[in-house]
Amino acid sequence: MELERINWFRFSSVQAVYPLAGTLIPWFAALAMLCMTAGLYIGLFAAPTDYQQGDAYRIIFVHVPAAWMSMFLYVVMAGWAGLGLGLNARPSLMMAQAVAPTGAMFTFLALLTGALWGKPTWGTWWVWDARLTSELILLFQYLGFILLQAAIDDRRRADRASAVLALVGVVNVPIIYYSVRWWNTLHQGASVSMTATPKMAATMVTAMLLMALGFWMYSIAVTLTRMRCVILERERQTSWVQEMKVS
Amino acid sequence: MNRSGMLAALRGIVWRDLLLALRRRSDVATTVFFFAIVTSLFPLGVGPEPVVLRTIGPGVLWVAALLSCMLSLGRLFAADYLDGVLEQMVLTPEPLVMLVIGKAFAHWIVAGLPVVLLSPLLGLQFGLGSDSLGVMALSLLLGTPTLSLIGSIAAALTLGVRGSSLLIALLVLPLFIPVLIFGAGAVTSSASGIGAEAHLSLLGASLVFALAFAPWATAAALRIAVE
Amino acid sequence: MGWGSLSGFLAMGGYGMYVWPSFGATALCMVWEVLALRHRRAVAFKEIAQYRRAEGGPQ
Repeated sequence: MELERINWFRFSSVQAVYPLAGTLIPWFAALAMLCMTAGLYIGLFAAPTDYQQGDAYRIIFVHVPAAWMSMFLYVVMAGWAGLGLGLNARPSLMMAQAVAPTGAMFTFLALLTGALWGKPTWGTWWVWDARLTSELILLFQYLGFILLQAAIDDRRRADRASAVLALVGVVNVPIIYYSVRWWNTLHQGASVSMTATPKMAATMVTAMLLMALGFWMYSIAVTLTRMRCVILERERQTSWVQEMKVS
Repeated sequence: MNRSGMLAALRGIVWRDLLLALRRRSDVATTVFFFAIVTSLFPLGVGPEPVVLRTIGPGVLWVAALLSCMLSLGRLFAADYLDGVLEQMVLTPEPLVMLVIGKAFAHWIVAGLPVVLLSPLLGLQFGLGSDSLGVMALSLLLGTPTLSLIGSIAAALTLGVRGSSLLIALLVLPLFIPVLIFGAGAVTSSASGIGAEAHLSLLGASLVFALAFAPWATAAALRIAVE
Repeated sequence: MGWGSLSGFLAMGGYGMYVWPSFGATALCMVWEVLALRHRRAVAFKEIAQYRRAEGGPQ
């Protein structure tokens, strides 16, 4: 299929996006299972025990990919939001809506696994370093996005208002990170950084990257699934949905 | 869209908002009293130990200032939205951004400036020295307009929404955090002798940044709310 | 990496009670998300069918 021949603007219609998403989901789900299984196997069986942190370090195989995903998905969400506002395309705005809960979930997991990693390794459940604090604020930003969508009844206004919020928020994330880092250096308090991952053997890196890839594939599959649910809910009264065979 | 037209519109909207605020003086007073009360809660919760209070003073005053600003944000556009004036503002040939800046400025005069003026007095309650008090007032002087500008985005996004005051809080507090860090940090570093220049410059930079970008986001949000 | 025994694997060098809740919570969240979406989809189809009945079939 030559790229120029594809009419990309076909996909500004919700009706065209729905089946496309449907065909893509199984592939991404399969890739996710594959990558995560491989990553877990290598991480739990092939990677050696760390000299300093013992086997507690293995938490990074979920903590770091979750943290990466939480940040990445926010940028993706803001990207769809910007595209949706710029092109006035409903599917793009719906994609932003579909990404948010998964992003929030990974942020929560990053915080939880971060605490579970921190306690045995550095003795505290929580540390106000730049990474963890940014993750916490990121969670609030995700929740704000989701709640703003839920609070506005008019769907079009809800989509567009939360899109503006996502764009403002994506600017805020790096600002928060650097201002908290600044704040930390000046207060000379906890100089412990929970980002100090152990010196990584090749197997460790491989496992982490595989898990990250697996989480990414999972996110795509889940987001597309949620997007299809959103379409079904919103387009309930259209004829193409009404005539759809239930599968 | 000539320049004198824009400035006239700006002056007009500031004057109008100030006049309206003057007629509801209780709103202004409430903001100031809230600032004072919240500040007084902390010693009651933490204990009267002077060393502790001096340490937490800058942070407490800044958080209280932040919360006072946040509480008054709901009023920024609500009245105009309800009586249809906001629609007219969106439709005028004058750039909406100018009107937004005007409203944010008026909001600052009514909600932010009293906080700046009261802060040295409340700072005394925490045993802050006179140098620190000066830096406190200056940091708030630079910070509160930034808060008004950033807050206007959240106010515009949540216009007419149920439970908007709580939602505004959730939306706006992550955006306020850098200003809080620089502002409270300015006072703390001044008190510990490091000097507040770096923090104050960052506050100034934040103000410029907010002035450059927030009104656009707010105008976009207003158009979305009104169409 | 030889774990030696199942109990060694589960103990994770003494850190088992940190490692396994981490992996467990992650797995749980993912499974929950998938199941919740399945349910959401089923509810959506139910509502579509309801609408169809109420309107007397596709127009």
